[in-house]
Amino acid sequence: MKREIPLLIVGITGVMMFFQYYVPTGWSTELFVRSQDWIIVIGILSLPLGIWSLLNANVQKLQKVKGERFYSAVLLIGFLVMVLTGLRRENLEAGSVHMTIFSTVLIPIQATIFSLLAFFVASAAYRAFRARSVLATILLLTAFIVMFRFIPLGPISTANLGAVAWILSVPNMAAKRAITMGIGLGATATAIKIILGIERTYMGHD
Amino acid sequence: MGILEKMMQLDRRWIYLAVGLAVIIPAIVGFRVPVAVSPEVKRVYDFVNDIKPGEYLFVAMDYDPTTLAELNPMAEAILKHAFSRNEKIVIVTLAQFGPGMVEQITNGLAKEFNKTRGVDYAFLGYRPYPAITILAMGVDFRVPFPVDYYGVPLDSLPVMRGIKNFYNVKGVIDLTAGNTADMWLVDGNGRYGFPLAIGITGVMAADYYQYLQSGQLFGIIPGIKGAAEYESLVNMPGQGMAQAAYQVVAHSVIIMFIIISNFAFFATRRRRGQVGGAR
Repeated sequence: MKREIPLLIVGITGVMMFFQYYVPTGWSTELFVRSQDWIIVIGILSLPLGIWSLLNANVQKLQKVKGERFYSAVLLIGFLVMVLTGLRRENLEAGSVHMTIFSTVLIPIQATIFSLLAFFVASAAYRAFRARSVLATILLLTAFIVMFRFIPLGPISTANLGAVAWILSVPNMAAKRAITMGIGLGATATAIKIILGIERTYMGHD
Repeated sequence: MGILEKMMQLDRRWIYLAVGLAVIIPAIVGFRVPVAVSPEVKRVYDFVNDIKPGEYLFVAMDYDPTTLAELNPMAEAILKHAFSRNEKIVIVTLAQFGPGMVEQITNGLAKEFNKTRGVDYAFLGYRPYPAITILAMGVDFRVPFPVDYYGVPLDSLPVMRGIKNFYNVKGVIDLTAGNTADMWLVDGNGRYGFPLAIGITGVMAADYYQYLQSGQLFGIIPGIKGAAEYESLVNMPGQGMAQAAYQVVAHSVIIMFIIISNFAFFATRRRRGQVGGAR
């Protein structure tokens, strides 16, 4: 029963949601709205699990792992401060402690980490972007043409509009569509296998 | 080791230094670069410009602070354009860290254009599960967002009276740095058929041009260049125009490094008398 009941729930829900999507009636809309509530309820139930796991792992590190104590302490303090300062809805408005920490700590940290990519990209381009073969040369030239299109260089950016439009809408699109269709077919096949109970790895075992 | 070999083995810290200077110097000096408007950005501008005062524009700001440098200028330019034309705006964010940024931008612009929250625009807030939220908004905005970001029931907001779902807005502009663009395409445009445009980071641009040709998107604003183009169209220079200068210099440096790298590569190969081939 431990196996059959979850499979039955997944199968029935999958078929119901499939028909709900393709049969837009009052009944199916009501079903969709109800399912929204269920998704939120399930999401809320999983939240304490995630929080417990995060806190537990970092408290363990704080007590036992010498080299990582500092990072765990930062995480735990940050977690507690953000939770306590954000408990009330009024604290989500500009000027509150919660929003001040968000805009003066989190935003700069995230933006800084992401901006480091520019340095790695420049370094990687220097080492990898070499015309070692015919294919590499084609890639290099194509990259140059497209790159010039997306840099704000005034008339130079628009001089190669036709070439870039062709690259983007013929070879690029052919490859992208092939990949997208492959992903779509794969996702559909996996969804059907899950609904029919063939694919069971989501339950933690075959 | 000769100079060519040294160039081939250039320490990455020199590259980091050059890129750093390429960003810092234009920021200090401050100069403008010419911005030529591309058709895909012009179409977004025309679309917003054709919305009559009092009609609705839906803007999704689905990005985190990681990409705010590219996407905030777009958001500001579009919102400034819509506010200046007295259009009603409904804003959501489907990104976890989006609400704080949306709050900052909308509050600042609302003051600048003398707009009132709940009357001229609504910020519905954030909900997880983007695809489901988009599908639910197609039924009724009140399904995923019974209250707005500030806890006010949507029915009590004057701006939300008489507006139920996507059929009541003229179109949707999604500013995104992730796969929510795919969800807006499939679950939004595909399911409900509303006109959709996207503003995306520069690296994502090539991935989404296929949807322009298919007609699923009516416009794309790609990266800082797109933001600068939009700012030039609305004649309100902002961060997009400023950052375009940094981008030109940084890209030029990267292009220069690629040229140096290839020059060193070919010169070294010729010297060694090797015949080139795929490796």
